[in-house]
Amino acid sequence: MLSDRRPVLLANARIVDPSRDLDFPGDLLIADGVIRDTKRGIGQAGVPEGTEVIDCAGHVVAPGLIDMRAFVGEPGAESRETIASATQAAAAGGVTTLVCQPDTEPAIDDPSIVDFIQRRARDTGIVHVHPMAALTKGLLGTEMTEIGLLKAAGAVAFTDGARSVMSTQVMRRALTYGRDFDALIVHHTEDPDLTGDGVMNEGELASRLGLIGAPDAAEALILERDMRLVGLTGGRYHAAALTCAASLDVLRRAKDAGLPVTASASINHLLLNENDVGEYRTFFKVAPPLRTENDRKAVVAALTEGLIDVVMSDHNPQDVETKRLPFAEAAAGAVGIETMLAASLRLVHNGDLSLAALLKAMSSRPAGLLGLPGGTLRPGAPADIVVIDPDVPWVLDRDTLKSKCRNTPFDEARLQGRAVRTIVAGRTVYEFV
Amino acid sequence: MTTAATSPFALSQRHLLGIAGLSRDDIVGLLDLAEAFVTLNRQVEKKTTALRGRTQINLFFEASTRTQASFELAGKRLGADVMNMSVSSSSIRKGETLIDTAITLNAMHPDIIVVRHHASGAVALLAQKVDCPVVNAGDGQHEHPTQALLDALTIRRSKGRIDGLTVAICGDILHSRVARSNIILLNAMGARVRVVAPSTLLPAGIERFGVEVSRDMREGLAGADIVMMLRLQRERMSGSFVPSVPEYFHYFGLDEKKLAYAKPDALVMHPGPMNRGVEIDSIVADGAASLIREQVEMGVAVRMAVLEALSRHLPNA
Repeated sequence: MLSDRRPVLLANARIVDPSRDLDFPGDLLIADGVIRDTKRGIGQAGVPEGTEVIDCAGHVVAPGLIDMRAFVGEPGAESRETIASATQAAAAGGVTTLVCQPDTEPAIDDPSIVDFIQRRARDTGIVHVHPMAALTKGLLGTEMTEIGLLKAAGAVAFTDGARSVMSTQVMRRALTYGRDFDALIVHHTEDPDLTGDGVMNEGELASRLGLIGAPDAAEALILERDMRLVGLTGGRYHAAALTCAASLDVLRRAKDAGLPVTASASINHLLLNENDVGEYRTFFKVAPPLRTENDRKAVVAALTEGLIDVVMSDHNPQDVETKRLPFAEAAAGAVGIETMLAASLRLVHNGDLSLAALLKAMSSRPAGLLGLPGGTLRPGAPADIVVIDPDVPWVLDRDTLKSKCRNTPFDEARLQGRAVRTIVAGRTVYEFV
Repeated sequence: MTTAATSPFALSQRHLLGIAGLSRDDIVGLLDLAEAFVTLNRQVEKKTTALRGRTQINLFFEASTRTQASFELAGKRLGADVMNMSVSSSSIRKGETLIDTAITLNAMHPDIIVVRHHASGAVALLAQKVDCPVVNAGDGQHEHPTQALLDALTIRRSKGRIDGLTVAICGDILHSRVARSNIILLNAMGARVRVVAPSTLLPAGIERFGVEVSRDMREGLAGADIVMMLRLQRERMSGSFVPSVPEYFHYFGLDEKKLAYAKPDALVMHPGPMNRGVEIDSIVADGAASLIREQVEMGVAVRMAVLEALSRHLPNA
């Protein structure tokens, strides 16, 4: 482990630090797991003796990515994903901090389970793992969890994961009580009653396939309700996954009114639309469902202008037994933590937004919302870093994924750019060869 | 049966999963082939040898006396050994059964499998797992291609053509695989298609299916050559999709008064089984304009045509 303590110089790099709006050719020095310096021409002369010099060949050096929404199967569904396998996948995707969701068995609704996650992450993980805790006990939507104790134990936010809290009263109290602890309430907005048995975006395509549609109003409706409650309570609120133009209108009005509201979009909804479902392809079944191309464009535009704050993977491993079924019976979800960066670089190559803006939505912005120390290259910050070759062309082969499940909607996709090195606390945990 | 045996027609598809995959030539070819079987089925000696030595499995995940009987008779008249398998969806865990059953059945070397399943797309999924041709006998709310073909044959024999006719499909369009298959087929054959239903029973985006949409029987039936009624299931008529049976029948049930909105020589169809007094009045169902019994007869002939056409792709056929 002696080599871990050797200082490292990332030389000949393009330094992109979205936390300080910096983008310049330079070098970055790491020592003792901490970023020491970033500047033009540190060079080999200016570093301590014994420093390991890594020539970045002009590639991008940026803060390690923070994935704000990943479903991991530990505890309870280790056959689908463990913390170990999820962090391997994360590292291969340039993600240095994984925020896991409380939809486990048992749910993360008790400080002892937060502790369990942290111990398992320390013992088996290769990137940082922080849990979001359940907002209500057992994710049942009826009684709020110990928000204070859970936060003290290390929960970075509170959410009922893939479920919406349907009781307006419970939601109001949670926002009110959470405010006293400056807790971030993250909410999946989908009215289960209106969605009903819907399995695909409501519209012509679902009708032709004979699948029951889920209207986008089910999402906008709960978001609209929540905005009223945020106005009433002043609680800090984050919409977990917005997918349609209707929701973005609601979000815009709330932000314009100065409410403490932010929102995420998943790579799936930024890059895919309902047409991708094709002939009942269950790897494209996600919840909320893929929407229309107009909705996708609206979500991309919202990211470009900053209305959408965070891009996340919505990583949700599902195995053959839950996916190789008739569409309506198959589980929703797609793995994504390993492809989040490479897939979303399409938006940069298409000219939808700058590399710095994309990286901000996957690093400094979630770090700020969750109160995490990463997401920056500022001297003194933890040396959680990703080296990105933004241009290398490659084709995704799902059999090479590090996740235990291979349910990616990007199988055989032609991608451009990827993480070539991932560094956590100064130590390289992934290197693309 | 020299007509059928010497016909050069071959289906462009290996399976019959839906009308959506068929060309106009496929449809006409199947209807022409079925005509010959109509003649055969009216004879004393009804058997041919097209499927002799072949094994046909009817795999029904959803109960259906009529369709299963029709496929069974069709297979037997072609000389096949027919095995009926009914899989109750409640007794076995869903989905797993489908793939497992497909793999199990495939190991028994069937030559053709006829499948009905309650989930849209399930028959196509099963077809990926077996080596023989698969016929969709109805999948969820997606397609029911042999029903649309038998309806087309019935219309063609009664009216002499399909092209240029106005066909009004009335009732529960939302949940109907029969409606979806018929809309595609009738459009492909040049008919003008209308759908008539209360808005709660119309699927989203129906106006882009190549149909005229009406919420009123008088408007929807005006000038229609064919009035095709659909079954409305009991659980959908007590407040969930429509308020009550009397209200539904009042506005959308086909009785003699509403039939009078259509052309004087308009004919009435129903895929069965009928809910008399819900979507159709007995006087109309049993009246001179009704083609309902003929549809059942055409069903056997069309299924024989489908089975024979698909069997032509089999090795040593």
